[in-house]
Amino acid sequence: MKKMTSNAKFLAALVLGATLAGCQSQPTEEAVDTAAAEVIESGTHEVSGMTDSAVKSQEELAAEAAQALLAMTVFYFDFDQAIVKTDAYDVLQAHATFLSTNPAAAIRLEGHADERGTREYNIALGERRAKAVEKFLLVNGVSADQIETVSYGEERPVEGGHDEGSWAKNRRVELVYK
Amino acid sequence: MYLPKMMMALFLMQVSVFAQAQLRIEITQGGDDPTPIAIVPFNWSGAGLLKEDVANVVAADMGRSGQFRPLERADMLSQPRSSKEVFYRDWRVLGVDYLVVGRIDSVNLASVQTSSPASYGLSYELMDVRAQKPIASWKIAEVKDLRAAAHHISDTIYQKLTGLRGIFSTKLMYVSVVQQGSGEKVYKLEVADADGQRPRTLLESSEPIMSPVWSPDGKRVAYVSFAGGRPAIYIQNRFTGKRIKLTGFPGINGAPDWSPDGQKMAMVLSKDGNPEIYIMDMKTRALRRLTHHYAIDTEPRWTKDGAALVFTSNRGGSPQIYKVDALSGRVVRLTFRGSYNARAQTSPDGHDLVMVHRENGQFHISVQNLQRDLFANLTKTSLDESPSISPNGSMVIYATQHKNMGVLGAVAINGSIKYLLPARHGEVREPVWSPYLN
Repeated sequence: MKKMTSNAKFLAALVLGATLAGCQSQPTEEAVDTAAAEVIESGTHEVSGMTDSAVKSQEELAAEAAQALLAMTVFYFDFDQAIVKTDAYDVLQAHATFLSTNPAAAIRLEGHADERGTREYNIALGERRAKAVEKFLLVNGVSADQIETVSYGEERPVEGGHDEGSWAKNRRVELVYK
Repeated sequence: MYLPKMMMALFLMQVSVFAQAQLRIEITQGGDDPTPIAIVPFNWSGAGLLKEDVANVVAADMGRSGQFRPLERADMLSQPRSSKEVFYRDWRVLGVDYLVVGRIDSVNLASVQTSSPASYGLSYELMDVRAQKPIASWKIAEVKDLRAAAHHISDTIYQKLTGLRGIFSTKLMYVSVVQQGSGEKVYKLEVADADGQRPRTLLESSEPIMSPVWSPDGKRVAYVSFAGGRPAIYIQNRFTGKRIKLTGFPGINGAPDWSPDGQKMAMVLSKDGNPEIYIMDMKTRALRRLTHHYAIDTEPRWTKDGAALVFTSNRGGSPQIYKVDALSGRVVRLTFRGSYNARAQTSPDGHDLVMVHRENGQFHISVQNLQRDLFANLTKTSLDESPSISPNGSMVIYATQHKNMGVLGAVAINGSIKYLLPARHGEVREPVWSPYLN
């Protein structure tokens, strides 16, 4: 959460020159697979909240929508899989667009695994996941110089439970703006 | 920006005053028909109380092997000081097969001037109760560390009775993790006696420490540290604390394993884009890539003859154990049972393969005989990992979850005895059994 907030601030300063109210929606246990969809939804809420007081141009609305996508920096994976889920495409495309239009910006992709299985195998799995996200960004115009990948395997879980709800949140790649 | 760093430093300073992750033993499954033995309290001829109850340490060692059942001290009818004072009948009626008696004498008193501790001489005898005669007697001329002496006594008695070298003087290395109130985690690399006592910290970090291994002579250790935000392989002298960074390539720097002759280090690097197994010459630091496959290749472990390594690969679609010839690079698959087998190690005699095996969604420590088609689960718990075989091949130490905490477990390779070694503070993981150290 900490990382997401600082990312959001960094991006807000770059894109809008304004501060961004934290869009901190986390996937729920039941709906991990729809993480990206949820985010878009909450981003929409924010936009509609702001239009109450002011009429915005199409450009401003588009920028705000893009920014809401950019505030999402965590991508989830299935067990023993390193395939980027289709519902993450919109968010990743927003990051790709931002990075290709801001060549000075750089990111670190941190790959993670859940606690099941062995530690070094999970390091390899975490790297696979980080590289899968990296590949998506490269294909969409980001320069390799802008991306650094690292795998923490199962060493840095965000949830400490020993159940599918925790595991689903731990199988992830975190995109961190440097 | 400077404030959080300062706070971090303060946290680390506070943490270092905490005790190390002291382990205690909880036996959860007794041995299979263990031999009854009595270890009589050793007679102390000096003044005052000794710091260590030598007979108690020996009895605990023998019990932990799973092959012996020490007699409770309260059940002893007499406490002879030497074989001459033994009434065999006293022990036969208690069903005891073997008897150990001993004495401790003062050699040198502790000196404040030279700040040298006291030293002791020990003598002890082993007797066969049924045959009603002594089997062997030993003497330790001078020793300062009574606890180490007790483990040595256990080693000699165990070897005399089983023919197998004892592992009571060996050590365990493991990673401990303590979560602070702030949520920050403190990782420590620790080494304790084989019974979990007397832990010593080799390294402390706010970033993860992984994959520790011993050098074949036990003097150095290698591990992966994430200090600096990226993984790197280090080797560290266990006594001086001096350490060097062995690798810090882009990508994975993981799973180091010293060759049995100490000349080479196997490791996993992904610098060429994919996790592959490499061998580094420890003198020249030259790297040789051993595997060439787009799949994940990791967790290399040398076989005891140094001719090959077993490793984990998902080249067949799921993680399985393979063996690669250290020179030719020729690969053969070893495991075919189930869809997840990882982190394997071969036993000292080369007959068995111990690994993490998934069955019905649960991860167990399992053993596969490489000569016959035999396979057995050594553990029944569900998140078991990081198995490491004792140097005499009799026991396996591993990491598991107990009461929602990471703890160490030990199990006999024949499945007979099982015990847990939970930490008094925090969690422990990635245990590695030392080689023989003397």
